[in-house]
Order: sequence, then structure tokens, then C-alpha cells
Amino acid sequence: MVYDYVPIALLMGIALVIAAVMVGGSWLLGPRRPTPAKQSPYECGMTPVGSARERFPIHFYLTAMLFIIFDVEVAFLYPFFVVLRELPPETRAFALGVVGVFTFLLVIGFVYEWKKGALEWEDPVEHRRLKPEPQPAPAGEQP
Amino acid sequence: MLERFFFFLLALLAIATAVGVVANRNPVRSALLLVLNFISLAMLYFTLSAQFLGVLQVIVYAGAIMVLFLFVIMLLNLGSPEAVAQERELRRPLAWLIAVGLFALLVSQVFLIISPSTPMAEPEVGTARAIGLALFTQWAFPMLIVAVLLTVGVIGSILLARRRVA
Repeated sequence: MVYDYVPIALLMGIALVIAAVMVGGSWLLGPRRPTPAKQSPYECGMTPVGSARERFPIHFYLTAMLFIIFDVEVAFLYPFFVVLRELPPETRAFALGVVGVFTFLLVIGFVYEWKKGALEWEDPVEHRRLKPEPQPAPAGEQP
Repeated sequence: MLERFFFFLLALLAIATAVGVVANRNPVRSALLLVLNFISLAMLYFTLSAQFLGVLQVIVYAGAIMVLFLFVIMLLNLGSPEAVAQERELRRPLAWLIAVGLFALLVSQVFLIISPSTPMAEPEVGTARAIGLALFTQWAFPMLIVAVLLTVGVIGSILLARRRVA
């Protein structure tokens, strides 16, 4: 029924009103004395000029992909916890076994991911700084 | 009455955003419109008494999958919107043929399905409870195959994205 969603609509409406009051109130009441420095995106640091469409390291992509996989796993587990108490006992044991195997298979994937270092953030620039190319050490700089 | 009103509102929103996805020249804007499209589809699921599917649509598609889409757009380094702007080759006969054929197929199916007694969605068919009852009795084995598939996905994505050593 549509009327079941009236509380949600009410909640969304209240959230909208509060957000509008906060933004609109500061817009109406706050003093505005703009200076060039205040209007720049960052008051200090580099000027952000250029295309926003930079190439991103593949690691962002990998992290997002691994996130989706475990997101879907959790999505499969929601219904299990909803129905667990309603199932008859023998079916309950069966369902528990199914979920156990399901989770076990995904834990294998998780362990693989962990051991392969897919969760380590290896920034190329940082990496270069931490592990410099092997160079002949200059004379007289022995620590 | 109110349900019908919401259905038409959501259907209109879904069609408008879908047209926007195709017609927009900027791929990032297309992706954002696709998010709106997924959300309107999720609300349609809610009106079909499939709340769990609607929530999953928001969590998985509008949330996670679209993040991937945006990353792919960024990864491909498409350059400025002007550089990406595709030529609108509306005169391509093959494109027209496929588009019109697909549209005719869909419309004919819709008219075949519609009967004097409009089928209604079964109540509670898509709640977490109904899905759980089906999943852990009848569809337990397919669920384990899904687990294997997800594990393969983990391993495959790591293999593809890892740093080539030597």
C-alpha cells in the first residue's frame, strides 16, 4: 500500500525542510564580504586548473570492484537472517549449512585478497619515494 | 488511484532519465542520469510489493555499480566533453533498423501481455522474507554457485589489476 510509505515521505519532507532552512538561513542572514582570496576554491595551495577528468590509478577501481563483490555477498545474507527463526528445525540446519559454505567460499576470496596485498594502498609516487632505485651511495654519507 | 498516479510519475521519470542517458553527450552526466533511472526503477519495485528488490536496486546498482561506471569513465581518460562528443549519425540505416525493430518487438510484447484482467503483483512476492524462504529451501545450490562466482570475481579482478612484475 502507498499509505505505508507516508512516514518515509514525511521523513524525507522534514529532511528537505531542515536542509533548506539551514542553507537558506545562512544565505539570507550571513554577511558577505567577498575578496578574491575568499572566492578561490582553495585559499592556499595550488590553483586547481585543468580538466577534472584525470586518469585515476587502477587501485580505486580494484577497491570498488572488491567492495561490490562483498556488498552482493551481504545482500544474499539479509534474507537469511530475516527467515532464520521461521524455518522448521531441519530446514534451519540446512540453511545454516548453506550459509556456512557460502561464507566460507567468500572468506577464501577475502584471504586471497588480503594475502595478495590488494588492500594495501601502494601509491606510485609514495612507493618511489620509499623504495628508491638502488644507487651508488655518495662517499662520506655513511649513517 | 494514488498508486496509479505514482506509477505514472515513476514511469515518466524512468523514461525521461533513460532518454537523457542516451541523448547526453557528456558521459559523466549520462552516468548520473543512469543513477536517477535506477532509483526510479527501485521505487517501481516498491510499488510492485518487492521491497527487498527495491532496496537492493538502490544498494547494488545505484550505489556500487554506478561507482564502477564512473571509475571506468575516468579510467578511460575520455578527455574534455567536446572531445567525447559523438557525431549523431542519425542517418545510419542499420542503426535505425535495429532501433525500430527492437521497439516494435517490445511494444508488441507489451500489447500481447496486457489482457482485460490486468495482472497484479502478488503481495509480498519480493520481500526479504519471501526471498529468504525460497533461497534456503529450493534455491540453495544456485546460491552456492553464486558464492563460487563471487570468489572467482575477487580472484579475477585482483589478477587483472595487479602490478605486472618483470
